[in-house]
Amino acid sequence: MDGKYSGLKKIVLHIVLLMGVFISIFPFYWLIVMSTNKTSDILRFPPKLIVGSEFFTNITNVLQNVDFFQAFSNTVFVSTTSAVAILFFCSLAGFTFAKFQFPGKKILFSLLLVTMMVPSQLSFIPSYIMISKIGWVDSFQALIVPGLANAFGIFWIKQYAEEAIHDSLLDAGRLDGCNHLRLYWNIGLPILRPALAFLGIFTFIGSWNDYLWPLVVLNDAAKYTLQVTLSQLNGIYNTDYGLIMAGTLLATLPLIILFIFFSRQFISGIAAGAVKD
Amino acid sequence: MNAANTKTVTNDIQPITQPDSKGKLWREIYKNRTLYLFISPFYILFIIFGLFPIFFSLYLSFHKWSGLGEMEFIGLKQFSYLLSDTIFWQSVGNTFAIWFLSTLPMLFGALVIAFLLNTPLLKFKGFYRTAFFVTNVTSIVAVTIIFKSIFGNNFGLLNYLLTTIGLEPVEWLNSSFLVKVVIASMIVWRWTGYNAIIYLAGLQSIPNDLYEAAKIDGANLVQMFFHITIPLLRPIILFTVVMTTIGSMQIFTEPQVLLGNTGGVGGAGNTITLYMYKQAFVDRQFGYAAVVSWALFVIIALFSFINWKVVQKTGSK
Repeated sequence: MDGKYSGLKKIVLHIVLLMGVFISIFPFYWLIVMSTNKTSDILRFPPKLIVGSEFFTNITNVLQNVDFFQAFSNTVFVSTTSAVAILFFCSLAGFTFAKFQFPGKKILFSLLLVTMMVPSQLSFIPSYIMISKIGWVDSFQALIVPGLANAFGIFWIKQYAEEAIHDSLLDAGRLDGCNHLRLYWNIGLPILRPALAFLGIFTFIGSWNDYLWPLVVLNDAAKYTLQVTLSQLNGIYNTDYGLIMAGTLLATLPLIILFIFFSRQFISGIAAGAVKD
Repeated sequence: MNAANTKTVTNDIQPITQPDSKGKLWREIYKNRTLYLFISPFYILFIIFGLFPIFFSLYLSFHKWSGLGEMEFIGLKQFSYLLSDTIFWQSVGNTFAIWFLSTLPMLFGALVIAFLLNTPLLKFKGFYRTAFFVTNVTSIVAVTIIFKSIFGNNFGLLNYLLTTIGLEPVEWLNSSFLVKVVIASMIVWRWTGYNAIIYLAGLQSIPNDLYEAAKIDGANLVQMFFHITIPLLRPIILFTVVMTTIGSMQIFTEPQVLLGNTGGVGGAGNTITLYMYKQAFVDRQFGYAAVVSWALFVIIALFSFINWKVVQKTGSK
């Protein structure tokens, strides 16, 4: 009796959850429908609601109108470089804060936490003016360098390193004559790998999806990232849905695949980060 | 290797023979110079791209400047102009309306999803978590482009569905109220799963015994949700409210991609950050844009302060 009741309850539970999943997934389905149909088939009445076969025509259209491959490789370059550089600087600083003693450590770390509260919107316009004064408009440095001051990343690595790296390991390394850099590179870095995986994916996704800052510092179409290119496509080919959606699909798919591969680590990282804060 | 070893040994001994404490401190700092080098990039970059710009922004706000030529000092003129700038105040109202329309359904939806996902021995939990979170990985530009086609005035999917069930199509993007609903719906879609994951992490720290005890007392799911889940999650709920508020005050991409730089028909979708962007990068009024950014900062600070007060109040209960 009781088992039957809870079985029915379970089914209701799954139905409610699946309704949520439907809302979550439907826009992706609609994106695929639009990018695989002719624009005229989407805009007719009634519109086509199932996946079509015009994807390659639409893609060809995108490639004829904008340099999509250029934007794609720009984005891959900027996101990868940002992620690698942030991983290096944050792990080095986080490891140092977690595992070494030096005068002023406490004050310096508190200062780092305080910077997280400094509002970014105030520095937005002056940062642009500085970037343009030093001639970094239309350069990838403008997208990569300001983001390297990443207090969250240092905090994240420090928390992880404190628990994961045992002092005895470092003492053994010191006895072998390792200097600070070698202790970091040979002992710290391999142990920090799980924390680095999350921070790396998190940074990569954030950089890939960034829009306002690239929109402001990039004027030359050859330097555009995918998000800026998409917004241009949307502005210029306003109602050419097939074309715009094919571009949107191509720009979104790599991240979704990356996410599905790492979703377990990524989601638990997000949860841990929020609960720690 | 040997040389490095003896070097650290001698360095460790030296401070003891040196009684002067000031000298000792400097010696200690010098000894650890590589450690300061390791942490220095953050502080250097923060001073350049975080701290200095704030002072520069204050300086800018007292000047009229088009980005070219000399800056013209005009004192507080731009601040007093802001107070009577109806477009600015409209953008403040719009931002708050969008915040209000999105926060409640988003956080409530996230709580319900987290509560359901926390069911013991639930099957396909990994699938559900991925399916709910994937919306957050999608770029806001892409989300906006997709939602624009769903809510289109003439050929939108939603209007098609409305007409098939015999209703009149709605001009979503031309209505001052509905355009805010459209923007809020994008925010809800993108962030509900994210908040659900955070709540789920909080729920997992609530002992299952509590639910078991409630079940024995004859409580149903809805009662457990309102009498156990919500009270115990209060600190995490407040954390998400604060984060959501800060994020909502800076909404930019959704209205800009959906409606353009002026915020659509009658500026109904204009937000504070969009207005700041337009002042600086379309109208080339960098000084006034800096003033708008300070107003945005004050609004966020005030709101965070209210949130913090609420946290204190509930904490002392």
